[in-house]
Amino acid sequence: MMRRGWFLPIVAALGFVFLYAPIVSLVVFSFNENRLVTVWSGFSLRWYTALFSDPQILGAAWLSLQIAFVAASIATVLGTLCAIALVRFKRFRGRTALTGMVSAPLVMPDVITGLSLLLLFVAMEAAFGWPAGRGMLTIILAHSTFCMAYVTVVVRSRLSDLDLSLEEAAQDLGAGPVRVFFDITLPIIAPALVSGWLLGFTLSLDDLVIASFVSGPGSSTLPMVIFSKVRLGVSPDVNALATIIIGIVAVGVVAATLIGRRRPASSS
Amino acid sequence: MSETATSASPWRPWRFLSRRLNAIGLTGKGLVILAPTLWLVVFFLVPLVIVGQISLSLMAYGQPPYEPLLTFGADGTVQLTLHLSNFLFLLSDSLYINAYLSSLRVAFVSTVIALLIGYPMAYYIARAPEKYRHLLLMLVILPFWTSFLLRVYAWIGFLRGNGVINNFLMWTGLIDAPITMLQTDFAVYVGIVYTYLPFMILPLYTSLVKLDGTLLEASADLGAKPLRTFLSVTLPLSMPGIIAGSMLVFIPAIGEYVIPALLGGPDTLMIGRVLWDEFFSNRDWPVASAVAVAMLIVVVVPIMLMQRAQDAVVERR
Repeated sequence: MMRRGWFLPIVAALGFVFLYAPIVSLVVFSFNENRLVTVWSGFSLRWYTALFSDPQILGAAWLSLQIAFVAASIATVLGTLCAIALVRFKRFRGRTALTGMVSAPLVMPDVITGLSLLLLFVAMEAAFGWPAGRGMLTIILAHSTFCMAYVTVVVRSRLSDLDLSLEEAAQDLGAGPVRVFFDITLPIIAPALVSGWLLGFTLSLDDLVIASFVSGPGSSTLPMVIFSKVRLGVSPDVNALATIIIGIVAVGVVAATLIGRRRPASSS
Repeated sequence: MSETATSASPWRPWRFLSRRLNAIGLTGKGLVILAPTLWLVVFFLVPLVIVGQISLSLMAYGQPPYEPLLTFGADGTVQLTLHLSNFLFLLSDSLYINAYLSSLRVAFVSTVIALLIGYPMAYYIARAPEKYRHLLLMLVILPFWTSFLLRVYAWIGFLRGNGVINNFLMWTGLIDAPITMLQTDFAVYVGIVYTYLPFMILPLYTSLVKLDGTLLEASADLGAKPLRTFLSVTLPLSMPGIIAGSMLVFIPAIGEYVIPALLGGPDTLMIGRVLWDEFFSNRDWPVASAVAVAMLIVVVVPIMLMQRAQDAVVERR
């Protein structure tokens, strides 16, 4: 094997410093007593106290979690159906159209997705009176649509790797297609559904642009509140919030990795 | 997460459900195809058609703030009015063309920088001892799961006048006065490279880890210097990873709004930002729609065609 001496380790180390230095500084300065985020003047938890007594941030966080939960769930159901349709049914009318429509959101700039969905909701309200106004419902519909594209990619790759003989065996033993799906296919592709759901949940929690277009007055998601705060300059309570989010994510990812390692590919 | 159905449960609601659906002429296959298709037609295709339609309209004061294309006369006639003025406006005002060009430039430069940083990192991880590979990969992916907005925000604290970098450089005595880094194009490049670096590293890693070590040894045994081996063996074999990684950085970078809005200066023109301002500041829905249509034609369609060509090449192999 070829070793390139000092060059690769140094570049890799610098790369990881580049990736983590900003995150570390966010965490460190969240415990800073000073209002000027980057001037250290002593350890303090005051920004955490400020964070948890800010009804605007707490309300936005709760709204975002609800939206992400529902949108990821809808996206998982629709994305799984879409993946099944594309992998299992090789010939049907509109297959090319469906392939195009479900992969297009992956390359669509957020500003276009947001604008087009807003215009749709305005037109729908004018024509049918539904959805009345814009808020949580319209954000959920918008997020489900773009998360669905990601779920489809994840589930589709898992489905096309799947060993067809298992399903055929079940069919030969007399199981109907629906029973085969719930008893054989679904348990096997479940890990892909979980990662698709988690991906959708994260993307929905993270989205600022689409939500800004389709939300209405009084329904600001967490990214929207953060963005309006951050635009006016750095604010230490955002650092505290970031630290909490980083903590949750780090614990979650490490736990997922450990669980994944303990059962190496048990279902494949 | 809900538990998946186990074969032990005697309750099978789907049997009842499928009988009901068959009775109204819907087979399972039809439903599986119909549900996602309908959803995408309503929430993806129709919105784009509406954008196209409004881009041909004119701004009006009222709700919604644009003129209808179809007007119904008192005598039952229907009149269709299409305005191309929005598109002519985009062509006549250099702001829009410059914004397109500068988006392409920013996206391209960021992609190249991300490749230059990401390639050695991916190579290092792919050649690391197997027990460390998962850990290193996890470290690359971890930032992706934390909030994108907060990671961009972190750079404000790093780059601003009395930020971490300036304080450090002044402490070391390398500079006397703070350097202006925030609100420049430099900050936008840093933000984009930082945000999308994991997307560059992962596909590169995937193609580099598959690389057969014996090929490199063979090349070395035949007398090739490391650089020669890299250029004629490693680089061509990792081409799929380079292309995939570059697309994953380039595509989101073009339409980026958040990074130029937070890190860029007022003169950092990017098309996503222009569309946003046209909509939220000028409240001109027709021009915003025209910008979106132009963006679709100039940016999104070529990317989709390119991806399709690439998929076709992959499938042929």
